[in-house]
Amino acid sequence: MTFARNHWYVAAYGREIGRELFARTVLGEPLVLYRSEEGEVVALADRCVHRRYPLSESRLEGDTIVCGYHGFTYDKTGSCVFVPGQERIPRTARVPSYPVVEQDSFVWVWIGERDRADRELIPRAPWLADPAYTTVCGMEPLAARSELLVDNLMDLSHETYLHGGYIGTPEVANTPITTEVDEDNRIIYVSRHMDDAACPPFYAKSTGIDGRITRWQDIEYHPPCLYLLHSRVAPVGVLPEADGSDPHGFHVEVVYAITPETEHSTHDFWAVARDFALDNQEVSAFLRDSNRAVVLQDVTALDILERVIQTEPPDRQELSINIDTGGLAARRILKRMVAEAGEPAKSAAT
Amino acid sequence: MSHRVAMLRGDTVYRIHWEPGTDVLVGVCHCGAERGSEDPADLWDWLLAHPDGHAPPAAVSPPTADRQPVGAAHD
Ligand code: FES
Ligand SMILES: [Fe+2]
Repeated sequence: MTFARNHWYVAAYGREIGRELFARTVLGEPLVLYRSEEGEVVALADRCVHRRYPLSESRLEGDTIVCGYHGFTYDKTGSCVFVPGQERIPRTARVPSYPVVEQDSFVWVWIGERDRADRELIPRAPWLADPAYTTVCGMEPLAARSELLVDNLMDLSHETYLHGGYIGTPEVANTPITTEVDEDNRIIYVSRHMDDAACPPFYAKSTGIDGRITRWQDIEYHPPCLYLLHSRVAPVGVLPEADGSDPHGFHVEVVYAITPETEHSTHDFWAVARDFALDNQEVSAFLRDSNRAVVLQDVTALDILERVIQTEPPDRQELSINIDTGGLAARRILKRMVAEAGEPAKSAAT
Repeated sequence: MSHRVAMLRGDTVYRIHWEPGTDVLVGVCHCGAERGSEDPADLWDWLLAHPDGHAPPAAVSPPTADRQPVGAAHD
């Protein structure tokens, strides 16, 4: 398994990057990130060209990094602007720089061929930076390959077993599930629409709905990196408007960014945004604690699974059943993306 | 099966409907062809092989979407 290069990946939350040098490995590539004096995020390869000392262990001076070993100095583009003890700067003295876009509270980096980095390709999670929503978020390191997290998130039925008591509700088990694949736009969508369900106490209290509800749980996965879980609650029979707006629904938008760190480890970014009880600290604490608990249960299970898989031959047999419909669709698209990573760009077909 | 949910609006959307508690999955191609199966891997194989082995019914009214995918950068 190699990586799906030539895609955008979340490297960090914007708030993680400041005037300190920050190290993070993405798709096996060690990066150093920092914010320039103007405030833009810079991402460079985290290895000095001289003797490969990590630039993240070095010093930021204005907008340049001064290598902590012998003092090679790099500007924002990765060009070396100073070498110690001599006038001449070798022509090859530069470290790769990575295209960066800050959007929806994330720092997205493009891993692949620079000239193919189109910011229009970045999938959106607009709630995370929208004042009409309150967001809680975090990131957990996962000692497992990213495909295991994708499998895990594409199938919510595991919540009954792995997360008993946190997010399962009885109606979920009997709700029809539709899995859709948009081949051209590479979106996988898994819908569970409960027309008439009991209102969990958390929602009754925080939204003020009394009585039964229409409850939707929709997964929208934009491979490789962005996973959205739209959770919608409304009084029974209340649906979104024809124009797509939904003024009478209450929304919890759960966002995961699934960023491979190495072939066997993953950055598991998670965020939960809501459009109700915006200033209610208790609601924030509940959503933060319950989601983090769920993420940590998954991390524990997937870390175990990764260790087991590593001891087995790669062509081991699995058995897929109906609950795996969404996961299988995701795997197909990811596999294709990995295969394409080794192909030349479509537009440069000469 | 109750009404079938359809959320994506692209031109090449493949769907699999499943009612938990039953064993049968129903695959529906964008061309209208339909097939039941008890194996999701086989069903994706059949769907994604379009147009091979697909015989759409004479008249199909495309399903309507309730909402657009929000994460799509542009549409
Ligand atoms: S390793 Fe960076 S200057 Fe020598
Ligand atoms: Fe077809």
